[in-house]
Parts: sequence; C-alpha cells; structure tokens
Amino acid sequence: MHDDLNWAIGGEAGDGIDSTGKVFAQALSRAGRHVFTSKDFASRIRGGYTAYKVRTSVEKVQSVVDRLDILIALTERTVEENMDELHDDSVIIYDGERTEFSDFEVPDGMVGLDIPLKSLAEDAGGALMRNVVALGAVCEVAAFPIENLDESLRKRFGSKGEKIVENNKEAARLGADYVDEHYADDIGALDYELETTDNDYVLLNGDEAIGMGAIAAGCRFYAGYPITPATDVMTYLTGRIDEFGGHVVQAEDELSAINMALGAARAGARSMTATSGPGIDLMSETFGLVATSETPLVIADVMRSGPSTGMPTKQEQGDLNMLLYGGHGEIPRFVVAPTTVADCFHKTVEAFNLAEKYQTPVYIASDLAMAVTEETFAPEEFDMDEVEIDRGKVVDESEISEWQNEKDQFKPHAVTDDGVSPRAFPGTEGGVHMSTGLEHDELGRRTEDTDERIEQVDKRSRKVETAKEQEDFSPVEYGDPDADTLVVSWGSNEGALVEALDFLDEDGVNVRVLSVPYIFPRPDLTDAVESAETTVVVECNATGQFADVIEKDVLERVDRINKYNGVRFNADELAADIKEVIA
Amino acid sequence: MSSDVRFTDFKTDKQPTWCPGCGDFGTMNGIMKGLAETGNSPDDTFVVAGIGCSGKIGTYLRSYALHGVHGRALPVGTGVKIANPDIEVVVAGGDGDGYSIGAGHFIHAVRRNIDITYVVMDNRIYGLTKGQASPTSRPDFETATTPEGPKQPPVNPLALALSAGGSFIAQSFSSNALRHQEIVQKAIEHDGFSIVNTFSPCVTFNDVDTYDYFRDSIVDLDEEDHDPTDREAAKEKILDSEKEYIGVLWEDEDAVDYNTAHGVEGNMADINESGAPEGATDLVREFY
Repeated sequence: MHDDLNWAIGGEAGDGIDSTGKVFAQALSRAGRHVFTSKDFASRIRGGYTAYKVRTSVEKVQSVVDRLDILIALTERTVEENMDELHDDSVIIYDGERTEFSDFEVPDGMVGLDIPLKSLAEDAGGALMRNVVALGAVCEVAAFPIENLDESLRKRFGSKGEKIVENNKEAARLGADYVDEHYADDIGALDYELETTDNDYVLLNGDEAIGMGAIAAGCRFYAGYPITPATDVMTYLTGRIDEFGGHVVQAEDELSAINMALGAARAGARSMTATSGPGIDLMSETFGLVATSETPLVIADVMRSGPSTGMPTKQEQGDLNMLLYGGHGEIPRFVVAPTTVADCFHKTVEAFNLAEKYQTPVYIASDLAMAVTEETFAPEEFDMDEVEIDRGKVVDESEISEWQNEKDQFKPHAVTDDGVSPRAFPGTEGGVHMSTGLEHDELGRRTEDTDERIEQVDKRSRKVETAKEQEDFSPVEYGDPDADTLVVSWGSNEGALVEALDFLDEDGVNVRVLSVPYIFPRPDLTDAVESAETTVVVECNATGQFADVIEKDVLERVDRINKYNGVRFNADELAADIKEVIA
Repeated sequence: MSSDVRFTDFKTDKQPTWCPGCGDFGTMNGIMKGLAETGNSPDDTFVVAGIGCSGKIGTYLRSYALHGVHGRALPVGTGVKIANPDIEVVVAGGDGDGYSIGAGHFIHAVRRNIDITYVVMDNRIYGLTKGQASPTSRPDFETATTPEGPKQPPVNPLALALSAGGSFIAQSFSSNALRHQEIVQKAIEHDGFSIVNTFSPCVTFNDVDTYDYFRDSIVDLDEEDHDPTDREAAKEKILDSEKEYIGVLWEDEDAVDYNTAHGVEGNMADINESGAPEGATDLVREFY
C-alpha cells in the first residue's frame, strides 16, 4: 500500500462534482491530513465529463500522480476516462439503479460497489444528496471516521438550515452503513485506511491565496471582468475586501478593469486586477500607460491554454513572452511567478510592495494549475504578523516643497539617482500634478525635447536597476547542489519537481533544481548553467519561452521539457522525462 | 475646500495649443469656473482626459490629472472616485473618445451612476488626425475617409444616456460662456453621473457644424419652459433630431449614486502601513 490515497468523483458538469469534492477535501484537511486536489473539467455549464480529484497523505503532497484508488463514478464515462489510472485494487462506487449503468461491468480485478445512491438519498430526505451518500460510502471503504464529514457538511450546507445539514449527515451514514452491510468482506481485503492526526491545516487554492495576499498587503480596490481561471480572485475579494474598507467592481470589460484599477491607484489606493491571457491582451495598451505614468499597479495573469480562446479550462504557462515583452514601446515592469499555492499569497504581498516602491506595474504570473488546486498548508505559512508594507516614496504636505520647482509646481516624475520619484495623492496640498501616457517632463507635461526624453526613459529603466540592487530575486533550490544535472523551472511546476526528486533518488539519479519565482528582473543563472553538464528547463508550454530567456542570458544552449496538452506535470512523468534527457 | 478659490487657480502656466477659435477654450473655461463656483480647489480635484484635441485639457486645467489612453477616461475617473469619494472628479473627452472607441464605457458609467461629471467636447469631427468623420458627424458629412459622408445616423449620446438610466443629462454650447458654466456647475452639483455634451466647434476641419450654425440652431431649454424632471418631455426633446437643445434635459434627483449604493466611503489611500490590516488573521481561519 502507498502512503497516499487518490480519490476522485466524476460525472457531468452540473452534477455537484466540485462541491462534493471540496466537502471531502475539507474533511480530510480538518482531520489533519494533507490534501492536493486537481480538476478535470470542460468549459460548459452542463454536460461533458468533469472530475474532482484528491490526493491525500499524512505527509505533504504537492503533485498529482497517475493512480486512482477510489472513484465515485456518477456516469459510466467517468470510469472510461480514468481507466489508465485505475488499478487492480481500485474501488469504483456507482449506482447500478441508474439506467446509465444498466450494462456496466466492473473492470477485471477492480472492486465495484453498486450502491443505490439515489434511493438512499431519498430515504435521507432528497435525491440531491446522492453524492453525500457516496461520500459516506468512501468513509467506510477507507476506514475514515465519518464524523470528519460533519463539519464540512455544515460549512457547505449551514446557510440552508439545520435540517438540511442533519439530512446530509444522515445521507452519509446511510452510504457507510450500506457498504458495511453489503461489501464488508470486499473492502476488508483492501486495507485502505485514512489515518487522522491532530495537525491543523488550512485548505485553499491559488486564486484565494492571491486574494488573501492582496487584502493582507492593504489592497483596497479591485476591478475585474470574469474570466476562467482568474474569476475566483474576484469572487474571493467580493464582500471580504469590503470588511477592510475596500471595494470590488465588476467592470464591463478588461479595458475598463485595468483603467479603473489605474484610476484607483492614481488616487492612492493599493489597487489590482486579475485576468487570464485574453484579458492581458486587452490590457496591454493601458499597461504601457501604467508604466509611463509611473503608477503602482498589480495585475495577476492566471494563465490558461492559448492562443485565442485556446482551451480555457486547461493548464498552460504560455503567456511568459507576453508578460515579459507585451505592449508597444519599451516598458519597464516586474514579473513575478509564484511557485506554489502558498507562494501566491507571498508573491502578491511582495508585488504590492514592488509596485509602490518602484512605481511600476507588476505582473503576477499564476496559472490554472494553481487556481484550481486546493492544497493544505500549516496556517503559519500565512502569518499576517510577517506581512510588511512599504509604500515607497509617498510624500505628504510637509515634504511637498522638497519636490517642487521654483514655481511651486510638484514634480511627479522628478529625475533621481535611483529613478524613483515622489508620489503625492490627490488631496495633498501643493501636490497638484498631471501625468500622461505621452512622454513628459518632470512635471508630467508632454515633451518632445530630446534630452528630456532620454532623461525620462533612463530614469524609468533605472528603477529596475535599483530594484535589482535592493531586492532579493533568488531562485529556490532543491536537490543536490553539486549534481551535474541542473533542472530549472518557473511557476507552478515546483511541487511536481520536488516530488520527482524522490522518484529520481530511488533510481540513483541526482539533480539540482532551481525553481525561479522571479521572471523579470530574474536571477542570473550563468554560473549555475555553466557549472552543470546538462541544464534542462521545465515548463508548461510548447516552445520553451523561459528556456529561450535563459539561453539569451547565459549564451549557452539548454535542454527543454515541455508539456502543452493542457494538463500540469505529474511527478512520476517528470522524473521519467528528466531521466530521458540525461540518458 | 477653501471658499476663496478663483477660477484662475485652475489655470496652469501652459498656453493651450488648440487652434485659435477652437470651441475647447470655452468648454474648458466653463469647467474651471464651474469647479471654482462649486467650492472645489485644484488640490481636491481630479481631471481625467481622453485622447484627441480635447485630451490636452489636463495640461491647461490645473488639478490632479491623468491623460490616459484613447477611450478609457471614464473607467479611470470611476476608479479615482471609488478610491477617494471626497475628490471631485471631472472627465473630459471628445466625441470620438467618448462615443466611438469608448462608447462601451459611456453606457456603463451611466448605468453605474458614479458621481463624476463627464464633459464631452463634441465637435462632430476628428480634429487631431486632421478631419475624419466622428460618431456624431452628419450622414452626408464629406471627409477624406468618408467621401460621400458616413451614410449612418449620428450617435445620439443623450438618448444613449437616457436609455441606460442616466440621472443627469445636459447639452451645452462652448461659446455661450455664462450658460455653459451654469450647466457644468449643475452637473458638478448633481449627486451621480452627469453628462454634458458640449458643442465645441472645430474651426479648422468642420465647415458644417460651425459657430454660426449652432448660434442659428440652438434652442435654450430655459426659454422653452422645460421641466428637467419630466421624463416624457425629456425623452421627446432628446429624440428630436431637428433641434439642437441646450440646457438640462433630464435630472433624476432621487437616483442613488454608485458609492452610496455600495457603501463605499473613506479614502482607500489610508491603510495600515505597519503591516497587514487588523483582522487579517481571520481570513486564514476561514480556510480551516
């Protein structure tokens, strides 16, 4: 038996797959188990296959594997879709009373539990609870104390009244009892057991971590336009940010969203928007304005498969070039790429500080894999006492005169050694100024003077140089620091890569891993690449956009592992890919 | 806000580069005077300017200001007003900026009823790009890009605003200085989104919609005994394509502005600078 258990519920979109999966994931987390979830879904309201998968262990889990131990199949297609991951000891829970399953045969070697989910749900008070009946059955199969479900069911259904909560608890017990009565021998032979611990964990996804990071960082204004898979950032903030004096606006489009966020930032608010690739395209023109007017703004790109509409519910890290180079003209910027769900929180806090210290737009390059993954962490990972706020060179009335010219005019684009100019919020006496997307002088007024043009371009670039000196843009290191093979990754691949190290270790393969959370400015990897015999760059795109960047930086060819079928890397597959490269 | 603010305080030391005789001079002066008369000061005012000849206003009108990208002035103004409701926000743009590239934002700014004043310098032409048809040009208006005229009806911004639930809809003429100032002033005083479509003739590229044309055609609603709270009367006049009305066509004094409706208050620039806001740890607990 493995240390981890892999569970899934699958059916048609609209079958309540997500909420059922979340209830189970929460129950596991509350029982002190680590959880890492993933979703297979299609971009439709109803119809089409969708599944919610949970990998759980007492140890930390941070990747998905190609193995499925217990499957709740609401449709026969769910079994077909997962045949490659099911194995001889897999348990399939299904409702044989559904006509859908009238011809269903449990695949050889697997254990099929035919449970009248709908009938039992009706006994408990309503057919809608059939998924909960199935969850109860899972508790029995996996020797997971059913009481652990109760709090999750309360969290999910509490707003609908105590009766509904009690009905659901009853439904779960009917499922468990049914398994005990009819299949005790079958499951007894399997020996699945979900051990509980006293550890406290929180369970959240990347979008929620970005939203929480924003509030922690003092963000007060969010404008956005719904888009998969970034919408959860907006949903998270809605209502919550209001408790902290903030507000969320649902804009009419992404053009409006970024411009509203820009307006709020000009008024002095810590302000952000989040979107996915198509929205980034639309925001590009204003991105240049944000940079040129030296406005601090945070823009999260929760990447999905492109180009164009691409595969909206599939994973890809395909926007790197757009984030690095997008927009006409030459635009100073920061691009940070959180490497885990927890890092989404930390990088968002950091993004707000970078934005304000350097009065420059900051892209957060997150992705679908993190956005739809619910992952457990110790709550200390999100220690609010550790959050630091640096608003940069904001000046108040007492300091204004230092930044005025001889006519008492404030200089929002004053040329300074570090490139950073003073910032005065509207309402500040003596700070009146304009800014513009036109090239401007120190006062923010249009200029075509050749010397002033050079001064302003250089000053904006200098801010990035200053940041390179003052900030720590180091990569995160794993594995053997002296290994001949260097594996470089950016963004969300870190978890799978860390777990791949275990697989490689079993085969006696040593590698050094550098997980890079800063894309621009980024760490200088020249020494690391030069001292390695082989360097391989891992990323979820077809062309190797980060590999290109590294080759340019170090003037040396690197190997590439690319995945662009819409699914994130698995640890076992990544280990195999790495071995193939160095073979 | 100090009461001794004069309208000249809203002037910068930059001389406008608009063509001599441009309607934008009068439009801008009315805004400056309207701001001063309503007790605003440059320190507490934010002007957002679009792109086009009108967009230059940020350089000449002294206040906090942003001259943005083409067509997106209203969203910027919306962001400013939500982030700090105490700031007086005026958005100024042209007919191209507001009714062509930015038309989508116009409808939605009206719907939101955000408390900002939108002054459109409507010259019925694209002046900065040297004379192409604008969305308010006449169907037979011949230009280099529309040799036989656009052959499309002009946009009726007032009708758009009314249909989108506008709470203050006015039209004005830049050359009628006192009246223009008065209309802008009412727009600023209105609690909610106010649109003042202002005829600002282009003396260089538009030889049809000229000062003379407007002087001869304009009908002042004050002389018509118009009641701006009478929706039917407003609708009738707004849809009357034969007449060029000026004055307040429609005002809904009961409409609730965006910030009030959403409970937005306080300056969002004021945050705890020593760390995460109080209560942030509760956010983590939610994920247990």
